[in-house]
Amino acid sequence: MHELSIAQSLLDIVVQEAARHGVERVVRVGIRLGAYSAVVPSALTFSFDLIKENTVAQEAELAIEEVPLAGRCQDCGQVLENMESPIVDCPACGSKKIELTQGRELTIAFIETDEEEGAG
Amino acid sequence: MPEIEVSRPILEANQRIAQGNRRKFQEAGVKVLNLISSPGAGKTTLLEQTLSRVAAELAVGVVEGDIQTTEDAQRVAACGVRAVQIETKGACHLDGQMISQVLAAFELDKLDLLIVENVGNLVCPVEFDLGEDMKVAVLSVTEGDDKPSKYPQLFQEAGVLIVNKIDLLPYIDCDLERIHQTCRRLNPSQKIFDLSCRSGEGLEDWVAWLKAWTRS
Repeated sequence: MHELSIAQSLLDIVVQEAARHGVERVVRVGIRLGAYSAVVPSALTFSFDLIKENTVAQEAELAIEEVPLAGRCQDCGQVLENMESPIVDCPACGSKKIELTQGRELTIAFIETDEEEGAG
Repeated sequence: MPEIEVSRPILEANQRIAQGNRRKFQEAGVKVLNLISSPGAGKTTLLEQTLSRVAAELAVGVVEGDIQTTEDAQRVAACGVRAVQIETKGACHLDGQMISQVLAAFELDKLDLLIVENVGNLVCPVEFDLGEDMKVAVLSVTEGDDKPSKYPQLFQEAGVLIVNKIDLLPYIDCDLERIHQTCRRLNPSQKIFDLSCRSGEGLEDWVAWLKAWTRS
């Protein structure tokens, strides 16, 4: 359950960014989460909901965009999308040398408020 | 409904602290290993067996991470090295801040090697950089040969894999070759040492590598 630590880091950033932009109420927080990161989306949401009380994000919901695992064959350059495992052979040339290009993301993408622009 | 673009890594605060640790280690000329395994794989026993073989040549410090108790630090200190325990009180991993807070307990300038034994867990510690030079994964054969494919992140990131308890291989259904094959696929440059802390088989190769790496 390291998701609680991750949720705390996430909330810290949300609070900082809200203050920086003069936002008093955050209603959505956008996350990009790699399918190959060791983070469970439901556990992250559960943890975030636990700790968001009494902050600018207390009504915020997490919008988690899952980033699929993808790679590129180091021998023939074939791009592999939506890989189900980090261990696959290249479908084009059979090479085992696949470089992973995405899937470990753990990024906050945006915060959203329902306040009018310029208010607050 | 204004959407404000942020685009920041969620763990950037940890990353910043870990980089600070890394700078301190580099300035002091100390190499740092982050030892990760599931509970009971034999990390502490491996440390005891390793320390007794390198202590005459290398100045080593140890940070022990556990959820509770200081037993492991006592076991390691009995080998004659400085050992500091971090009790995480529930947290399933160490993070950069916890390491940063115990560094004052060491004279880093006088150390050649600092070994951090993480909390026993194959998943959580992987996401938290401590400032180490290298992760070392420890897998005991009794855990099963499917573990590298089930927990690939650790076995991909580890520069060294230690397969422990090989003296038990005759009694269990564990295909050592399958472990090797999976890990070679995940990380072709990974060094693999098969050993038994109980019988001592294979320990010398690991110890020789560790001495050479520490001095490199």
